[in-house]
Amino acid sequence: MPFELGRPVGIPNDPVFQKRVLSAALKLLEAEAGPILEDFPEEAPVSSGEIITLACPVDFGPRKENLTEIEQLCSDFRHEMVSLRSWYDLTVQKRGRTTVGVSRVGLDGLGDFICSFLKGDVPENPRQDIDLAYTLNLATDDLKAYYFEAVASQPGGESASSDALNDWFYEETVAGKVLYALRDLSKKSSQGLMKVLGNVLIIPAAQIHKRKARAAQQK
Amino acid sequence: MARLELMTEPERKHIEEVKCPTFSTHPWVPGPPLKQRRVAIISTAGLHRRDDRPFTFDPGDYYRVIPGDICARDLVMSHVSTNFDHSGFQQDWNVLFPVDRLKELAEEGIIGSVADFHYSFMGAIDPLQMEHEARALAGVLKKDHVDALLLLPV
Repeated sequence: MPFELGRPVGIPNDPVFQKRVLSAALKLLEAEAGPILEDFPEEAPVSSGEIITLACPVDFGPRKENLTEIEQLCSDFRHEMVSLRSWYDLTVQKRGRTTVGVSRVGLDGLGDFICSFLKGDVPENPRQDIDLAYTLNLATDDLKAYYFEAVASQPGGESASSDALNDWFYEETVAGKVLYALRDLSKKSSQGLMKVLGNVLIIPAAQIHKRKARAAQQK
Repeated sequence: MARLELMTEPERKHIEEVKCPTFSTHPWVPGPPLKQRRVAIISTAGLHRRDDRPFTFDPGDYYRVIPGDICARDLVMSHVSTNFDHSGFQQDWNVLFPVDRLKELAEEGIIGSVADFHYSFMGAIDPLQMEHEARALAGVLKKDHVDALLLLPV
């Protein structure tokens, strides 16, 4: 199945294509001899590479002089999160589901939970069954899912490719800036799991590579 | 397998450096026709029920059971990696947990039936570490009369 990582059956919301993929894979079980290695002959239908722009760019207003850089970032972040809420609610209504919520932080507290780490605080762990570092990782996943699900209701959002979504989220949103800041902080942590979080779990390696390549081009 | 040429250089390098096992034998067991087979899904996407404990690197914490009658809104993902697309799953769970498609194939008589239970591992863990649990799970699958598995990696 020659499809992008994370989409082993090819493409979402295309039952006919999905069934062709599954039928081809299952059919291999009827071969008389094996083992067999066979490529599915079709490529997945291409998603839109359209660059996503927020339909209503958020005006964060003038910078407050009494705020530190982190406090200003977190203030803008909360503002941005709130501005996306009605788009997110629309998507949840349309899809009948959301993938947000595994961290159990709750959408209303998600921004503060993530920002508390940036401010050097240790928030209460809403999950008693896993270490706080895992909960933080799940909170960053919830954040990404919230943004991706929100933008899906905006024009072009539902058909955007994963590349377009990642470029938008990590390079254009305040949430992306927050996660880069969290990554930098976690990499310096003395706690093993937090360090792993910073090194490999918060930002996709491909996104970091793209950012470095862009920076090199601009030099 | 995703196309290496479509990956960025670090991703490609990582995949190319993953050690592949070699086997001294190549067993091949003929089975019944597809239209008589009972099919289960095994995913490596770190999927589980919303109320389950999320995946961790804790020893022995290797797989979750997913009932065949689970609703899409109750299936979530806690794979620790962010290096694969999650947006497809957000749009349509069938892109990595194609249980609706399997049920349709069963209704159309292309496969015999769909298993009562499916399973998900978290693929970020060394497969050799999971051998004991994988073998135990194979026994459970046999008891459930499963004779075809869809192994769906991410």
